[in-house]
Amino acid sequence: MTTTAVSAPLVELTDVSKYYGNIRALEGVSLAVDAGQITCVLGDNGAGKSTLIKIIAGLHQHDAGAFRIEGEDTRLANPREALDRGIATVYQDLAVVPLMPVWRNFFLGSEPTKGAGPFKRLDVATMRETTRAELLRMGIDLRDVDQPIGTLSGGERQCVAIARAVYFGAKVLVLDEPTAALGVKQSGVVLKYVAAARDAGLGVVLITHNPHHAYLVGDRFVLLKRGAMTASHTKDSVSLDELTRQMAGGSELDDLRHELER
Amino acid sequence: MSATAPPAATPQKTEDERLLHTSPLRRLLGRPELGSVVGAVAVFIFFSVVADSFLQTSSFSTVLYAASTLGIMAVPVALLMIGGEFDLSAGVLVTTSALVSSMVSYQLTANVWVGVTVSLLATLAVGVFNGVLLTRTKLPSFIITLGTFLMLTGLNLGFTKLISGTVSTKSIADMDGFESAKALFASQLTIGDVSLKVTILWWFALVALATWILLRTRFGNWIFAVGGNAPAARAVGVPVVRTKIGLYMGVGFCAWVSGQHLLFSFDVVQSGEGVGNELTYIIAAVIGGCLITGGYGSAIGSAVGAFIFGMTSKGIVYAEWNPDWFKFFLGAMLLLATLLNAWVRKRAEATK
Ligand SMILES: Nc1ncnc2c1ncn2[C@@H]1O[C@H](COP(=O)(O)OP(=O)(O)O)[C@@H](O)[C@H]1O
Ligand SMILES: [Mg+2]
Repeated sequence: MTTTAVSAPLVELTDVSKYYGNIRALEGVSLAVDAGQITCVLGDNGAGKSTLIKIIAGLHQHDAGAFRIEGEDTRLANPREALDRGIATVYQDLAVVPLMPVWRNFFLGSEPTKGAGPFKRLDVATMRETTRAELLRMGIDLRDVDQPIGTLSGGERQCVAIARAVYFGAKVLVLDEPTAALGVKQSGVVLKYVAAARDAGLGVVLITHNPHHAYLVGDRFVLLKRGAMTASHTKDSVSLDELTRQMAGGSELDDLRHELER
Repeated sequence: MSATAPPAATPQKTEDERLLHTSPLRRLLGRPELGSVVGAVAVFIFFSVVADSFLQTSSFSTVLYAASTLGIMAVPVALLMIGGEFDLSAGVLVTTSALVSSMVSYQLTANVWVGVTVSLLATLAVGVFNGVLLTRTKLPSFIITLGTFLMLTGLNLGFTKLISGTVSTKSIADMDGFESAKALFASQLTIGDVSLKVTILWWFALVALATWILLRTRFGNWIFAVGGNAPAARAVGVPVVRTKIGLYMGVGFCAWVSGQHLLFSFDVVQSGEGVGNELTYIIAAVIGGCLITGGYGSAIGSAVGAFIFGMTSKGIVYAEWNPDWFKFFLGAMLLLATLLNAWVRKRAEATK
């Protein structure tokens, strides 16, 4: 990997490992995210992608290697700390509370209040308006911000989570397979917002097992396989075909082709 | 994303119109307590017809009193259930509260307010104990509070026998501060020709406070979130542990109020009381629309649940039936209300 930036990357992992008891989920993985760039993490199911981002998000701690935020060695105790350091994560399982209204979900954990002392209360009007406005900016025209978020479509929920992360002024946006459960059109919409977040100056970590999606927006690509890093590319050092081939297992794919050929 | 949006050129306009059309009905159907309100009206009409004296104002204040003593505890139990947890120790904790207050005052021959204060600290401590144990061990609250329930039951009986030699406490009616404490916890107010117990005021105040907390504070938002999806709540920075401990302390506080009412209205406390009441509180909360799996419900619902309970228990007396039938009614009510709530919620979601 070539680091041309003068300042330290927003987030940098060096030789990070993570074990769940005796399960080796990650071994010696390195990655860097700069402001205004998208770093893609590619890998099959079980490759350790979610584990990797859970370390960045403060849900788990790494067992070996170094994790730096803006050059400073870090070990995050919990997700709150990650949020306070400017890292917002959109989880694969979406991290929303299905029965709660959209506007309550949007502000969950960072609710604005007004008034003082015993009269300190949620600023409901602002919460409602902001939610509506922020979602509208993303092109989601909600009938009613009061509807339970569980009744939104998968793509809409994903966009709410992204809008939320951007609104709260994150410096780093981490997305775990945001397009995995979506149709072609909805995936396009989500990728557009990912690109919009990048253009707004955020550093983005995009996790996916779709090399086509990754190549559309990514600046760097990290390939994971069974917990280990098998390759790391910048966009100008790899073609989509090569990325797809490596992602699909490279020589294994050639073997498979031979086996299937008649 | 725009699958639900109209293709109109003026989306803002059409959207507002659509909102006006569907919203009021759906809002109403979407309220958690709707099912219980329908149930309450049905029960009210039923007993108005079968029991002649049910509609007298004196009967009404009796019903309200019965509802309030249960309702005071149903409020924190409902909040706890919205937060996704149970408290099986809530019933005996009320007795513990009364016993601690009475025995501390009697043994120290102090002003009864000393006992009242110590009692508050004790009930809050039990709440903290439940909450900390739950969040540390991550065991189901059902098991943890079943343990506290049994321990408190034993402590109530054991300590009372040890200290006063019988199963009940000694009278503290002649001690300093008794009258003022009685005024706060067990007085009777007369408005016009109706006399109302002060517990009714406590009950209304607690329901109002809990509703405010649930709907208008950050803590309320967190209660819904930890009950609806605790891992998600943690991931976005909600202090899940603090929220749950706070909810158990709420149960402790209300058990204190309820226990002081027992003590100052009857003067002596039976140490074996309270067993079984924890289920009644849960029933009131569930009838009031709280989802047993957490994340959904209201404080007002718990009040309506308690009111149904009060009307049924007293209505059967006014109808001059054998009170043995009460449990049957309560069970039927619970099933009907739960079914109605489930149906209403499905309808509300289908309209979306
Ligand atoms: N909490 C856990 N405890 C034990 N093993 C886990 C845990 N989470 C993930 N794993 C294992 O670690 C490996 C990587 O999982 P994950 O990071 O979720 O993969 P991915 O997101 O790339 O599909 C898998 O083999 C998975 O079974
Ligand atoms: Mg995953």
